[in-house]
Amino acid sequence: MSKLDLNRVPMPKQEPEDRARNYDEVALGYKEEHALAEANRCIQCKNRPCVEGCPVGVNIPEFILALRDGDMPEAVRALKAKNALPGICGRVCPQETQCEEVCTLAKKGATIAIGRLERYVADWELNHQNDSNPEVGPPTGKRVAVVGSGPAGLTIAADLAKRGYEVTILEALHVAGGVLTYGIPEFRMPKGIVQAEVDYVKSLGVEIKLDSVIGKISTVDELLEDSYGAVFLGTGAGLPMFLDIPGENLNGIYSANEFLTRINLMKAYLFPEYDTPIKVGKKVAVIGGGNVAMDAARCAVRLGASKVSIVYRRSRTELPARQEEAENAEEEGIVFKLLTNPVRFLGNEQGWVTGMECVEMELGEPDNSGRRRPIPKTGSEFIMDVDTVVVSLGTSPNPLVPTTTGGLDTTKKGTVVADEETGKTTKSGVWAGGDVVTGAATVISAMGAAKRAGASIDAYLRGK
Amino acid sequence: MYQIVAREDLTPQIHLLEIAAPEVARKAQAGQFVVIRMDEKGERIPLTIADWNREKGTVTVVFMEVGKTTRKLATAQAGESIANFAGPLGLPTHIDKFGTVVCVAGGFAIATIVPIARAMRAAGNRVISIMGFRTKDLVFWEDRLRSFSDEVIVTTDDGSYGREGVITVPLRELLEGTEKIDRVIAIGPTVMMKFSSLTTLPFGVDTIVSLNPIMVDGTGMCGVCRVSVGGVTQFTCVDGPDFDGHKVDWDELMTRQRTYLDEEKQSLELWQHSQGVR
Ligand SMILES: Cc1cc2nc3c(=O)[nH]c(=O)nc-3n(C[C@H](O)[C@H](O)[C@H](O)COP(=O)(O)OP(=O)(O)OC[C@H]3O[C@@H](n4cnc5c(N)ncnc54)[C@H](O)[C@@H]3O)c2cc1C
Ligand SMILES: Cc1cc2nc3c(=O)[nH]c(=O)nc-3n(C[C@H](O)[C@H](O)[C@H](O)COP(=O)(O)OP(=O)(O)OC[C@H]3O[C@@H](n4cnc5c(N)ncnc54)[C@H](O)[C@@H]3O)c2cc1C
Ligand code: SF4
Ligand code: SF4
Ligand code: FES
Repeated sequence: MSKLDLNRVPMPKQEPEDRARNYDEVALGYKEEHALAEANRCIQCKNRPCVEGCPVGVNIPEFILALRDGDMPEAVRALKAKNALPGICGRVCPQETQCEEVCTLAKKGATIAIGRLERYVADWELNHQNDSNPEVGPPTGKRVAVVGSGPAGLTIAADLAKRGYEVTILEALHVAGGVLTYGIPEFRMPKGIVQAEVDYVKSLGVEIKLDSVIGKISTVDELLEDSYGAVFLGTGAGLPMFLDIPGENLNGIYSANEFLTRINLMKAYLFPEYDTPIKVGKKVAVIGGGNVAMDAARCAVRLGASKVSIVYRRSRTELPARQEEAENAEEEGIVFKLLTNPVRFLGNEQGWVTGMECVEMELGEPDNSGRRRPIPKTGSEFIMDVDTVVVSLGTSPNPLVPTTTGGLDTTKKGTVVADEETGKTTKSGVWAGGDVVTGAATVISAMGAAKRAGASIDAYLRGK
Repeated sequence: MYQIVAREDLTPQIHLLEIAAPEVARKAQAGQFVVIRMDEKGERIPLTIADWNREKGTVTVVFMEVGKTTRKLATAQAGESIANFAGPLGLPTHIDKFGTVVCVAGGFAIATIVPIARAMRAAGNRVISIMGFRTKDLVFWEDRLRSFSDEVIVTTDDGSYGREGVITVPLRELLEGTEKIDRVIAIGPTVMMKFSSLTTLPFGVDTIVSLNPIMVDGTGMCGVCRVSVGGVTQFTCVDGPDFDGHKVDWDELMTRQRTYLDEEKQSLELWQHSQGVR
């Protein structure tokens, strides 16, 4: 093998001034020469640390080897053996804290861009006729109901279908995909890619029933009575939190969920071609510092706002968003108002928000999350001019299922109690995984939990 | 896809659709609603369940033409299908044996109060219904509501049929009368629910209203349907739609309903233009 190449191939991106005016994907993806160059840097470690770092255990060295050898169908097969949603993960996985963090080359500061290669292979499959029909095991004659079609639900459905189960996904909304569909914007997670990976899951024989709000149209107990041997809850953490301060119900104040749902699920950025409207003014404040806040702020830029600020109560160091996303936001002209916390909203006579009273914060002792606790500075109140506000403080699980399912324990935070290794809940026949168990987390952790639950359900139903 | 099995025009602007949705029909209860979407580019709009037939597997909605979506829905014919139909959503109306219940409804909401009156009657209540219309030509379902009521009062704004004036007048008379009124259910346009609640407030009679804020998902996920009830923020789609009318912040609700007036107008005009309507 040639000598170590420490030059990680950069990702081609749209220029900030262009992309701030369109909804097309920002990261353009590797071309063949980029992908081959990057794949060639992988030293094919025998001990496979990268695979350990991936919650679903993707066969990383194998798919990279096949890619390097130009055997793309084999690369696809190796990748999809463990991951039914590679086009999604290749784009939104926080790779730097997963597979890439533990890559042998990390010590040299030149980790293999595993996520980008994964995306390249997945996109290749989309653009080529590839008949590598997945192996579906002999029918077990048993049925499993999966509630929710986010990454957790899609992953377990694919796994159990491959093991020969008859799987039905029940989804509340009119499109499958969970947060990938309604939350993450098109310019980061193209809906065509989500749809293609949903279609792949369907091609394994999984049935997806949309418009099916469990807890309303049927309860979990009814699913268990109705010929399903097991039920998996992958209902996510979809309930938005608000600040609970005066003026929060003024017009022009959105939860991040509403803002992003209008834009992504309902395509309000294409209004009036699409019927659902959205109203974004010139001066937008997004409250919060996570990935969701970055997405909302970047959407606001694209909807024509002239000044978009991220208002966050701690400092840059504590910002929970991925570094890469915060940088993308900054490049697009978004301003970070750090150590700032809103205390009330001001409105005009027509009931629209016009301002936000904020207080400056300073950092005190670390709290139980290990981050330094923000404390208001007395007398530092000031008014920020705004005409649109997006509240992005986080989400918790929707109580619709827990409140209609007897025997299903939840925590004080509203998350469903489930065993970490197996996903088993306190109710017999019911498993759970993803954000509904952990609270808002990541796509890949939801998929990892779903994989473990799938193995546990398989063992349970085989023993039955 | 959900097929429209029957369609009826109750007035020129109010229409009934009976839609095949067996699983929703199986679970529907008085006071719940569905969220529908007509097609790929369509909006999700909430409509109250006006009736259901569990054997046939159908759900009936009654709606009034106000903007683009409802006007477009009004062009749908029996045999055609709509893309999405999710429900039954929201909490059912609290039905119990209260004693004497007054059901007050205006306009399209006559249809939505019928299952409530029916359930209240079945629970052993004496049901008095007040139905309000603008004018005689817009009166519908009087017979149907009568069949579930012990007494029916009809009002028209212009006096062309029944009593002249708004529904709050006979409502106040009932409250001032000798018969003890145990509960009032008021459903209709927001102003009408507000004034019904203001009318009953001095009499201390429990008054339940069915709110209709703007909605998107209808499952508690977006928060656009938030209303202040007794100073606490509630999500109408999961905590309601029924609330204590004496505690609702009506002005906030009405302000929030006006959020998209400009866009709604634009959308409607574009559509009418495309339909050749002037
Ligand atoms: C704006 C945004 C950006 C994000 N960016 C990233 C990122 O870059 N990288 C990353 O790794 N993670 C990101 N995340 C987090 C990630 O999307 C979630 O952790 C992940 O989607 C959780 O998957 P899940 O399957 O548990 O739930 P979800 O994706 O939330 O899916 C749950 C599904 O269940 C459905 N459902 C809920 N209740 C019911 C019911 N009663 N009946 C039927 N169906 C129901 C919902 O409609 C939904 O479709 C982001 C999240 C948001 C909101
Ligand atoms: C729980 C619930 C149950 C409902 N049940 C019924 C029903 O059984 N029959 C019926 O005719 N209507 C019902 N509505 C109202 C119905 O959803 C709206 O009329 C519809 O969304 C209007 O859509 P549009 O595109 O035609 O009009 P738009 O162009 O959206 O609006 C036109 C006008 O209607 C008002 N409006 C818009 N959205 C709503 C809304 N969600 N609620 C009330 N007013 C609105 C606007 O302020 C505007 O003045 C209900 C609403 C809710 C929240
Ligand atoms: S799925 Fe995510 S964590 Fe796993 S290999 Fe791919 S990018 Fe890395
Ligand atoms: S650890 Fe890094 S270099 Fe080693 S096989 Fe995995 S990706 Fe390749
Ligand atoms: S309509 Fe979205 S939370 Fe109620």
